Amino acid sequence: MSNFPFLSVLTVAPLVGALVVAFLPRHRPELAKQVAFAWSLLVLVLSVVMWVSFNAGGDRFQFRESYSWIPNWGVSFTFAADGIALVMLMLIAVLVPLVILASWHDAESSKRSVPVYFALLLVLECTMIGVFAAADVFLFYVFFEVMLVPMYFLIGSYGGHQRQYAAVKFFLYSLVGGLFMLAAVIGLWVVGGKTFDWQALSQVDISTGTERWLFLGFFLAFAIKAPFFPFHTWLPDAGGAAPAGAAALLVGVLDKVGTFGILRYCLPLFPEASKWFAPWALALGVIGIVYAALLAVGQNDLKRLVSYTSIAHFGFIGVGIFAFTTQAGTGAVLYMLNHGLATGLLFLVVGMLISRRGSALISDFGGAGKLVPVLAGVLFFAGLASLALPGTAPFISEFLVLIGTFTVNKPVAVIATLGIILAAAYVLWMVQRTTQGTLNPALTEVDGMRRDLNLREKVVVAPLIALIVLLGFFPKPVTDVINPAVQATMDDIGRTDPAPAVGGTVQEAAK
Amino acid sequence: MTELKLPSIDYAAIAPILIMLGTALLGVLVEAFVPRRWRHLVQLTLALLAVLAALTMVVLSADERIITAGQALAIDGPTLFLQGAILVLAAMALLLIGDRSVERGGAFVAQAAVTAESADDRRQAEGRNGLTEVYPLTTFAIGGMLIFVAANDLLTMFIALEVFSLPLYLLCALARRRRLLSQEAAMKYFLLGAYASAFFLFGVALIYGFTAGIPGRSAGVDFATIHAAVSDSPASPVLLFAGMALLAIGLLFKAAAAPFHVWTPDVYQGAPTPVTGFMAACTKVAAFGALLRVFQVAFADATWDFTPVLGAVAVLTMLVGAVLAVTQTDIKRLLAYSSIANAGYLLVGVLAPSRDGLAGTMFYLVAYGFSVLAAFAVVTLVRDNDGEATHLSRWAGLGRRSPFFAALFTFILLAFAGIPLTSGFTSKFAIFGPALEGGQAWLVIAGVLTSMVLAFPYLRVVVMMWLSEPGESTPTVMVPGGLTSAALMIGVLATLVLGVAPAPLLDLAAGAAEFVR
Repeated sequence: MSNFPFLSVLTVAPLVGALVVAFLPRHRPELAKQVAFAWSLLVLVLSVVMWVSFNAGGDRFQFRESYSWIPNWGVSFTFAADGIALVMLMLIAVLVPLVILASWHDAESSKRSVPVYFALLLVLECTMIGVFAAADVFLFYVFFEVMLVPMYFLIGSYGGHQRQYAAVKFFLYSLVGGLFMLAAVIGLWVVGGKTFDWQALSQVDISTGTERWLFLGFFLAFAIKAPFFPFHTWLPDAGGAAPAGAAALLVGVLDKVGTFGILRYCLPLFPEASKWFAPWALALGVIGIVYAALLAVGQNDLKRLVSYTSIAHFGFIGVGIFAFTTQAGTGAVLYMLNHGLATGLLFLVVGMLISRRGSALISDFGGAGKLVPVLAGVLFFAGLASLALPGTAPFISEFLVLIGTFTVNKPVAVIATLGIILAAAYVLWMVQRTTQGTLNPALTEVDGMRRDLNLREKVVVAPLIALIVLLGFFPKPVTDVINPAVQATMDDIGRTDPAPAVGGTVQEAAK
Repeated sequence: MTELKLPSIDYAAIAPILIMLGTALLGVLVEAFVPRRWRHLVQLTLALLAVLAALTMVVLSADERIITAGQALAIDGPTLFLQGAILVLAAMALLLIGDRSVERGGAFVAQAAVTAESADDRRQAEGRNGLTEVYPLTTFAIGGMLIFVAANDLLTMFIALEVFSLPLYLLCALARRRRLLSQEAAMKYFLLGAYASAFFLFGVALIYGFTAGIPGRSAGVDFATIHAAVSDSPASPVLLFAGMALLAIGLLFKAAAAPFHVWTPDVYQGAPTPVTGFMAACTKVAAFGALLRVFQVAFADATWDFTPVLGAVAVLTMLVGAVLAVTQTDIKRLLAYSSIANAGYLLVGVLAPSRDGLAGTMFYLVAYGFSVLAAFAVVTLVRDNDGEATHLSRWAGLGRRSPFFAALFTFILLAFAGIPLTSGFTSKFAIFGPALEGGQAWLVIAGVLTSMVLAFPYLRVVVMMWLSEPGESTPTVMVPGGLTSAALMIGVLATLVLGVAPAPLLDLAAGAAEFVR
């Protein structure tokens, strides 16, 4: 089964589905939803089969396929997945069906075509899978840019308040980063001997000055995408305006392209420059953790609050990547997965609350738990997962990042730990103001607030809760896949983990 | 008296030129002898057939690499490629010019001499059939362009410049509606164009003087002589530099590069939209074809001297085009500034001194020509009772009214913005790659930065069409007849195909990318 062209099929399948859905008659929205959902389940099944046939102890890159595309420029459709990409592909495959299910009625409130909304979601899935599966820098860039288009229309056509502004800001920010990357991609192509193949390029020696410029080009694009402080200002607007399902994908998956890109492209292709820039990147990460957490505390808009928490979490991921230890790196990749699950859940739940209340403002809620106890409970759980409570999956990743960083850079680890405290503040205070305390009398007059979670919504949240708890106690299946890939990345930049201090004393004692 | 020796002429190689000019003359006869109600059909058919015949001849002589007609015409890879490009794009433009379903009577005025805004003028605008002289004019222009890209000496080039410019000045004045704007555009284009031609001619004279100043060599303005003179000139290069500068002004004017661009927005706006499309696509190909030949053949050994200057012009052009595009409120003016910025990108390609650079520039010209013609095809469709509704505010909510055409236009705009899987991206890559390789990193960075700025106006149009609510005054999109639909679909498909599978055309361009000297 391992000869099956998983990655290309996975990339193309959602696109075919999108075409089918888009051409369904507009007056049969239910049919469009069902087809889209079934299609995304098909992709999920295929992804699970791929996960099973991935050999964790085997080659770094598996499922490699290559087809010629533009031979004049050395461009080919090359797909390959390492453990990191595999985990992200799995996350996409899990999230998309849940998002489709959660967005069942979202598109109806707008005047736009319902089938198009679901078609756009499937197009987005295609580009997201492509961007993680690509092993050709040109192909990666193509997906990286094309990804903007469906997201732009999802935010702009189906979003809420200020959607036009948010959509344009999102598009322009990403495009600016992308164009810097384009310059760097062309530069890499020229110094790399006119090939775009990742494996060939990772063998190329580049002069120090050029390498630093190329690193900057790539890093800037990824830092905007992730986003890291100070390139983050588009995310709260986009996350706040996007429909909840699209926002979950935006923050849960799309932004991971940034951190994934740093791991896959910046570190292995420009190892010297990565080490040279690492202190700066660490500083950006730490500032992001504290700054975004502080801003999150002050938010009154639920979706913007969740967006800011994400920026703080991306600070953690950035710190984990640039600490250059296997522990921190594994933690960072695990964080990418767990953050996708936890924040995805949080966005979806918040979306359910908002659609019931008809407002995203925290001050419009108060004591909602008395009306919708199950929903409030799920929100509480999602909040706890987001603040990395022990027993939930994010705890493990955050902990790995912190201890991995502590061994090499104590001040950064100590400041980053502050972020945990602030996380408790923004999550708990948000939960308290929305679901706890005295019941806001205005809430009882809203019809929606009398309906607790229905079956569809329970089906949406249950798998995410189960995964968060399961990975919180038993992350081994995932770490087994991630670890070799991270180890290989660390080898690429020539860093080995510092020997444990205990080992040193044992050796001394042996003398 | 010595016997006059006739130069040998390879008639097969220059057949495309002869066909176009011959058809133009035939078109004049058709005006005189064919009854009025048949003229439109006869002229359009004649012009299209001529373009097809010329294209066939270009394809048949694809492997020709000669200099013929004395030293006057060079039929080589770039010539044939660019002639093919001009003919294909001209065929699309002819489809737009010949369409009479979108506007009753066509996009051209019925009686150009009627006082603008008078009662007569209003009557003619209501649907009397437009002038059919536009077809001979267009075929003359195409013929001139075919000579322009093949010209191997500066005098032939000058004559070709006039042959294709004069019909264009006239065509600009023939818009059916907004006559004053159209006449103003033609006047402006003519006056400034005449200046540019004068500069060019003066440049030719100086270059002749430069070659004449070298002892032991014969003077001349054919490119081989100039090249030889440049490469071992003991004389002072003042004449060379002055001549080069004046020639460049003449050519950059046609290419719409800053600071010689000021005519572009007014002319693009005032001219009948099909003619605007014709100019944006074909004139660009012709102008850059000539630029490439002059600077890479005649002045090839002066690269160090002209690169900084042309580079500065390129940066300025990109900046002016991108920044001013942001402030535009009229779709035709916006596309005009976008075409200025694209001239800047093309100049980057001209300065990439390699076969790849030449191939990339030629690829860019074709890709851009297809997209821009499709864009202007859409512009002809969005109209109300007063003709085309070009003000951007009127396009609000167009995506709701006519999603199909709005989607096509969105795709073209994304191509202009350089999003992958469109020809806009592959063509940028085709130019920036060789430029970076040739050590012109600063031009590439300027190109990337201006692309960012330029993305904003395109995006604003997309926002207007899709994310704004339709207003009372949102015009309808006409369902186009066969001719405009064909042109539009060819343009959009080419934009897609050249973005997804550019390899065949790249191969073709790479195979053609060598001048004969």
